[in-house]
Amino acid sequence: MTAPVLRVEDLTVSFSAGAGRAVAVDGLSYELRQGETLAIVGESGSGKSVSSLALLGLLPRRSARVERGRAEFSGRDLLTLPEREQRALRGNQIAMIFQEPMTSLTPVLRIGLQLTEALVAHGKLSGRQAYERAVEMLALVGLDQPRVRMGQFPHQLSGGMRQRVMIAMAMINEPAILIADEPTTALDVTVQSQILDLMRDLKTRFGTAIILITHDMGVVAEMADRVVVMRSGRKVEEGAARTVFQAPEADYTKRLLAAVPRLGAFQAEPAPRQVVESAAPVGEPLLRASHMTKVFGAGGLWFGRGRGTKAMDDVSLELKSAETLALVGESGSGKSTTGRAILRMVDVDEGTIHMAGTDVRALSAAGLRRLRRDMQMIFQDPFAALNPRMSAGALVAEPMRIHQVAEGSHLSDKVGELFRRVGLETDHIRRFPHEFSGGQRQRLCIARALGVEPQIIVADEPTSALDVSVQAQVLELMLELQQTYGLAYLFISHDVAVVEEMSHRVAVMHRGRIVEMGARQAVIGAPQHPYTKALLAAVPTPDPTRVRGALPVLDVEGMARGPLEEVAPGHFVAQ
Amino acid sequence: MAFDGTAPLPAPRSASAMVALLKSPTGVIGLIIVVTLVLVALLAPLIAPFDPLRMAAGPRLQPPSMAHWFGTDDFGRDVFSRIVYGARLTLQIGTIAVGISLTAGLLLGLVAGYGGGWIERILMRLVDVLFSFTEIVIALACLAIFGIGLTNAMIAIGIASIPFYARVTHSVVLVEKGKPYFESAVSAGAGHVRLLFRHLLPNVLPTLIVVGTLGVSTAVLAAAGLSFLGLGAQPPQPEWGFMLSSSRDLISRAPWMMIFPGLAIVVTVLGFNLLGDGVREVLDPRQRAR
Repeated sequence: MTAPVLRVEDLTVSFSAGAGRAVAVDGLSYELRQGETLAIVGESGSGKSVSSLALLGLLPRRSARVERGRAEFSGRDLLTLPEREQRALRGNQIAMIFQEPMTSLTPVLRIGLQLTEALVAHGKLSGRQAYERAVEMLALVGLDQPRVRMGQFPHQLSGGMRQRVMIAMAMINEPAILIADEPTTALDVTVQSQILDLMRDLKTRFGTAIILITHDMGVVAEMADRVVVMRSGRKVEEGAARTVFQAPEADYTKRLLAAVPRLGAFQAEPAPRQVVESAAPVGEPLLRASHMTKVFGAGGLWFGRGRGTKAMDDVSLELKSAETLALVGESGSGKSTTGRAILRMVDVDEGTIHMAGTDVRALSAAGLRRLRRDMQMIFQDPFAALNPRMSAGALVAEPMRIHQVAEGSHLSDKVGELFRRVGLETDHIRRFPHEFSGGQRQRLCIARALGVEPQIIVADEPTSALDVSVQAQVLELMLELQQTYGLAYLFISHDVAVVEEMSHRVAVMHRGRIVEMGARQAVIGAPQHPYTKALLAAVPTPDPTRVRGALPVLDVEGMARGPLEEVAPGHFVAQ
Repeated sequence: MAFDGTAPLPAPRSASAMVALLKSPTGVIGLIIVVTLVLVALLAPLIAPFDPLRMAAGPRLQPPSMAHWFGTDDFGRDVFSRIVYGARLTLQIGTIAVGISLTAGLLLGLVAGYGGGWIERILMRLVDVLFSFTEIVIALACLAIFGIGLTNAMIAIGIASIPFYARVTHSVVLVEKGKPYFESAVSAGAGHVRLLFRHLLPNVLPTLIVVGTLGVSTAVLAAAGLSFLGLGAQPPQPEWGFMLSSSRDLISRAPWMMIFPGLAIVVTVLGFNLLGDGVREVLDPRQRAR
């Protein structure tokens, strides 16, 4: 066993919160050995990021304080190092990459300058040598045309490419330790798997030890040698990745692992898990949308006539009562636009939308408002979706008030009832959104949608902003409501495992088109379209024993994009 | 129980917002100055030792003394009493001018931002045209139409700063309109009135309260300027700017006639600026999160 590169002992960090003090990290100890990947896992507020920022001396000076502890790195204590020496270490022997590759790169400086800056600043190389080294590094992280990239600005690169640049920047000094804070959370799943592959490759090439901070158990299973599980500032479990996954000791770890949706877990079932005694059966088609097309930014009246972006290209779908149709795809695939088009929050350029026999596109403003009683929406970020200046009660009451479902004391009774229905306490009716937790806010949004007894709910990434344990509860609630009231969901998500758990049917979208659609088992169990296959292969599984094969190389341009053809009953694939 | 109450401003945290304001040193100083000013204006008859308009309250052009704290002017009027009563005019100017520009600007900005399309284009281009004139030029033009006088000056200043408030409102509305809660209200089926007044307005107002507080000082300065030019307050009104202008010829013989009204203006402007900054710190959620 190699000697530890970094030994953290009894690290305690607190934040001053008004007059009081809030402990963010409480007595954390761990060791990091050379060439290993240590994953620090936890939910939001567990102190996983704070503990690593403390090592680099990057905590906000005014509010945060390292109270106790040591962090020994090559004979020195990182926590008591003077600022000057800390700066010399940072980016040189200890490097860090962040979640948001766009905001971590300076938008006004060329990639080349940002890459060579650290090299020249640390006085290691001349400008010319640094340039060559940077080009070499860009090639190493898998960017094509590295010399061209050197002259480009961050906005000219895609998210995945920017994260590669960040990694190149971090690795250029061949640091002993790389701290990666949620390095792939903002990326699409196919890009994520490429970046993870790259990090693994660089680790073996340079022998760098990696501290991987993440909330994603799938990523942990793919990457980690050892795992530290944190909860509210404390370490609850530490061990080899395999042991932690197969025989977790702490209750919290067990619960956390149980809450993680696993792709393939519901392979045998034709429908989502039944959570109520007599579930409403899938019924008649409610919604029928055909050949919807939407182009954004095509030729304004005064400003040039650009060709615009096709957000939706000949999209057709059907939704039955008590059924969930999931729209899966990566960012920019048009799934959100499709959800909004059905509610006519976005007007389509072409195509038809019929809801229970009504032509949605032909409705007047008043007719549209009436229709919105039957179709409600739930959003990704529940905090942003709630008007911060209205009380929880007023927010839940609002749709009922608009549609004159109830008034006066009857209305307040209904609000109380809805609060209980979604698992909120009626005492909290007078509170404001910022006084609730993330999961409670999403429950509020659900209560809000539920009040007018809609038939369809469009849920746009309803659990993406939530921790996994909270996600599991919200999904459970959604299933229960569907089976009780026969609600139809259009469930928009990028997370294939969640989609598998929730849906009856799945439609996979890519660049504005549905490339594959069919029953859940068919699409996820026996995917036909190359894009679906790539998407499924890229999903990280919370199982360290699974060895994922090489990623399929996706020929995006040559891929079949339609029209859809029925390859098996109810299973459509783009030809 | 009523659930329809949109929270009073600057709610949802009105009590804690006040506490936060009292914790910011700039806010406290500004608040003290402004509250003092309001009290002085309200209690002017009790504070002022003389009638501000009474000539020969003492000998002419007396330097400050125990009897006349700020001295007397060329008509023998008590300068201190005139400044105390002048606070009333100053506050009137501030509230009326800002009231006019804020209300009109808010309405224009809301309608333009919410309406979008050609409404937005026409209204905002119109605002742009007005914006390209200096405020004082617009105010002068208004005075040329209405005729001179302090009331007309207040209205003129109010009209002149409408474009500014319209622009600020418009930009805030565009931001708020892009937030999911607005979309959520639309998808719930909310109509125009509800969207405008229950969702947009309460979220736009905090910013405008800050801008309006800061705007009071601009209005006071502009009114003083107009009065200085002889277009605003007319003799014998105890308006500070006018007092400044009438002291012009006596600057070497009776500097107190200029110093004290000048100081009064400076302190008032400072007070509203500090208060505006304090309110901004309190209402800005990014500042609060820390």
